[in-house]
Amino acid sequence: MAKRIDVGGLSAFYGAHKAIEDISMTVEPRSVTAFIGPSGCGKSTFLRTLNRMHEVVPGGRVEGKVMLGDEDLYGPGIDPVSVRREVGMVFQRPNPFPTMSIFDNVAAGLRLNGDHKKSSLADIVEQSLRGANLWNEVKDRLNKPGSGLSGGQQQRLCIARAIAVQPKVLLMDEPCSALDPISTLAIEDLIGELKEQYTIVIVTHNMQQAARVSDRTAFFNLAAIGQPGRLIEIDDTERIFSNPSVKDTEDYISGRFG
Amino acid sequence: MSTTSTLARPGSLQGARLPQWAPWAVAVTAVAVAVAVGLAAGLHSRVQWGLMAAVLFVLGTYALSAKVEGRRQAKDRVATSLVWVAFLLAVVPLLSLVWETVVRGVKVLDGYFLTHSMGTVADAEPGGGIYHAILGTAQQVGLATLIAAPIGVLTAIYLVEYGRGPLAKAVTFFVDVMTGIPSIVAGLFILSLMLMFDLQPFGFAGSLALAILMMPVVVRSTEEMLKLVPNELREASLALGVPRWRTILKVVLPTAIGGITTGVMLAIARIAGESAPVLLLVFGNPFINANPFEGAQASLPLYIYQQYVNSAGSTAAYDRAWAAALTLIAFVMVLNLVARGIARWKTPR
Repeated sequence: MAKRIDVGGLSAFYGAHKAIEDISMTVEPRSVTAFIGPSGCGKSTFLRTLNRMHEVVPGGRVEGKVMLGDEDLYGPGIDPVSVRREVGMVFQRPNPFPTMSIFDNVAAGLRLNGDHKKSSLADIVEQSLRGANLWNEVKDRLNKPGSGLSGGQQQRLCIARAIAVQPKVLLMDEPCSALDPISTLAIEDLIGELKEQYTIVIVTHNMQQAARVSDRTAFFNLAAIGQPGRLIEIDDTERIFSNPSVKDTEDYISGRFG
Repeated sequence: MSTTSTLARPGSLQGARLPQWAPWAVAVTAVAVAVAVGLAAGLHSRVQWGLMAAVLFVLGTYALSAKVEGRRQAKDRVATSLVWVAFLLAVVPLLSLVWETVVRGVKVLDGYFLTHSMGTVADAEPGGGIYHAILGTAQQVGLATLIAAPIGVLTAIYLVEYGRGPLAKAVTFFVDVMTGIPSIVAGLFILSLMLMFDLQPFGFAGSLALAILMMPVVVRSTEEMLKLVPNELREASLALGVPRWRTILKVVLPTAIGGITTGVMLAIARIAGESAPVLLLVFGNPFINANPFEGAQASLPLYIYQQYVNSAGSTAAYDRAWAAALTLIAFVMVLNLVARGIARWKTPR
């Protein structure tokens, strides 16, 4: 189910401005890869190139290759809509659809794509909510609006919504930055469970979080404001946090800058 | 006329304050003085009395407050009283208009009046009704809405969701220009088409002119509502692999539907009172014509105008005109209330 991601020589632009430059890396299936680095270094931009959400922004443009399994996401004839069904995404701020109930929020991906049977929908919703560790909290109020949940519950609802369409890869853009420590812990536990099935990429500003949840860590940095962000190094999380091979990484992790 | 309720202690944070009833006392005094001066000087216009009272109120408040509370408090009170004066200036004409219409309109407004046409009742005689005009207004406005609402909403969707570059700028510009079109010009535009094709006046021609007037209002309000939908919702939907058109249809529009409906309702309320294009294109008809596509029709604004103009000063016709005006105001008010109700009901919580 999970797929490997191979990125080669990837640059992304906002209009004429180059946001990230020449990034190459491999993301292993059934593992958690964390992106760390100072604000504005292009972590989120890079994450959004992995499911072609970058081009949703006016002027957004990408050069280079992103191989999902054996397909190039930016190859000719690739439909961004199908890419996004394979590569799901969880955003920084919980964003459940305000007009929909909890059930409808989870079912949204399937319903809006029109490929569902009524009988299996309830099963998929339950599975996804269980998968997101939310089922027990909401099973009695599936018809209530999703915006009535707490922030942490909303974020898990968004995760349930993302895994309901059964993607191969799950991208998370600072999923805990708007949450309290308890909710953060719930989501981190969930990430640990989800990696059994999915390839997970997570952007985080919290280095302890990267150390706790990820198998591999990539450090991004930019030479100066206005310069494009670059990948400094990617390695096993343990090695990045104990004995990184680049001085900048060590400085960043030990808090000497950024 | 008033004293401080508490005396200031030196070095205390508590300053001298006018008592709660002071502004009311100033207001009453101002009105009394204004009325006295008005009577003494033989001023007949109540507007002059009111303006005098307003000026006295503002000046009195400032003088009293500056003496007791200090300059800063005085400025604060003057600003507050200016806001109140402005509010009254805005509301008084509105209330007096509604009051006048109700008082004069209820005389002949009854079941018979609402369910009968003028038929063969002569303009100067009592009797008759406005059923034909209500029917005409409902049909013309309904058809105009059927044309303008979908085009307007779709244009707004284009502008907000897809519009980039010169085409979107041009559309925005022309929508702005259309907002400013006087209603008589929209009427003349359709009239020129009517003359070109050698047509006689009919209800739908009026609908077309009304649609021209309604469209920019719908575009504007819908645009604002769509802009209020958080971008995060669009991204959330797109990231689920939902195509753009479905995202707009199933996520963006439902989120904004309350506001969009309100906008359309207000646009309807605006065109329901238009008389110029109807005068040119629908012509007016004392008989019931239920077919908007053939033959002259009546409409409420047009009926009011014609009762006034054609009646040669007959009281019966004036009463009918006021009753029709009251009906029209009631219709617009009901639309506004419905719009508010829908907005409240559909707002995502």
